[in-house]
Amino acid sequence: MRWESWSEFWYMGGYGLYVWGSMGMTALLLLLEIWQARVAHLNTLALARSELFMEQE
Amino acid sequence: MTMRWFYYAAPQTFYGLAGRLWPWLAALALALTLAGLWVGFGLAPSDAQQGEGYRIIFVHVPVSWMSMIIYLAMAFWSVLGLTFNTRLSGMMTRALAPTGAMFAFLSLWTGALWGKPMWGTWWVWDARLTSELILFFLYLGYMALVSAIDDVRRADRAGALIAIVGAINVPIIYFSVKWWNTLHQGASVSLTRSPSMAQLMLWGMLLMALAMWAYTLAMVCYRVRTLIIERERHTDWVQALPEVAGAKA
Repeated sequence: MRWESWSEFWYMGGYGLYVWGSMGMTALLLLLEIWQARVAHLNTLALARSELFMEQE
Repeated sequence: MTMRWFYYAAPQTFYGLAGRLWPWLAALALALTLAGLWVGFGLAPSDAQQGEGYRIIFVHVPVSWMSMIIYLAMAFWSVLGLTFNTRLSGMMTRALAPTGAMFAFLSLWTGALWGKPMWGTWWVWDARLTSELILFFLYLGYMALVSAIDDVRRADRAGALIAIVGAINVPIIYFSVKWWNTLHQGASVSLTRSPSMAQLMLWGMLLMALAMWAYTLAMVCYRVRTLIIERERHTDWVQALPEVAGAKA
């Protein structure tokens, strides 16, 4: 490990804003995409299920 | 062999295959991300010229690669779709687009955050940056077009044309740093010469690139299943799925 302390790690030699701005936005968008894909899948399953039960009635 | 490919190209069989694949790919993506972050942020030395700021490349280079590769994959599926008229092709192209758009945006975002401290500017109208911006707009254009046409098969064919014609932009992005005098630096990794970076930096970048590959494949497998259910929900096989019909015998 090449960091003396956590504060040094977050500071990133003065580039903290740029490095963590890049990593943070990437992490945020990946998590948003995963969440969005999950919601879309559950909604589509619910749609298919409701149409199936309407047909059966 | 050809029979086998067409067998898996049927939405019904691909739904099952993708369902078995995505959890493994997701786990692989997570493991590779953790390894890549450990190498990139824990082990790799600081750069002689750029200090710690260079660490942005551990995400910038992989997302930029993926933004180009995903567009080429969309063009590939589009050619198959127009040639063989397979149902799956259009769904694969659509499943890829949001992830590709996200990576293109991240390429621009992380590039801007690198440009500000290193070049003194968030943005320049340089060949590399401009062609990547066009790629981002091509993704948005594709998604807007396919969602604007109600008939899905017609939408798929129109989208396929954008995907194929737009693919010409990908080699332009890739070779822009050679063809024009750009502010953007040349490739750090090339097939023809040894990489111009330290071993650990290279490993960090390659692990992150593999992680993004696994993430993309997992996401496509996941999302294509949503599209398959949406389009085939009136068929017997979808209505017989336990996740649709409920857990009845």
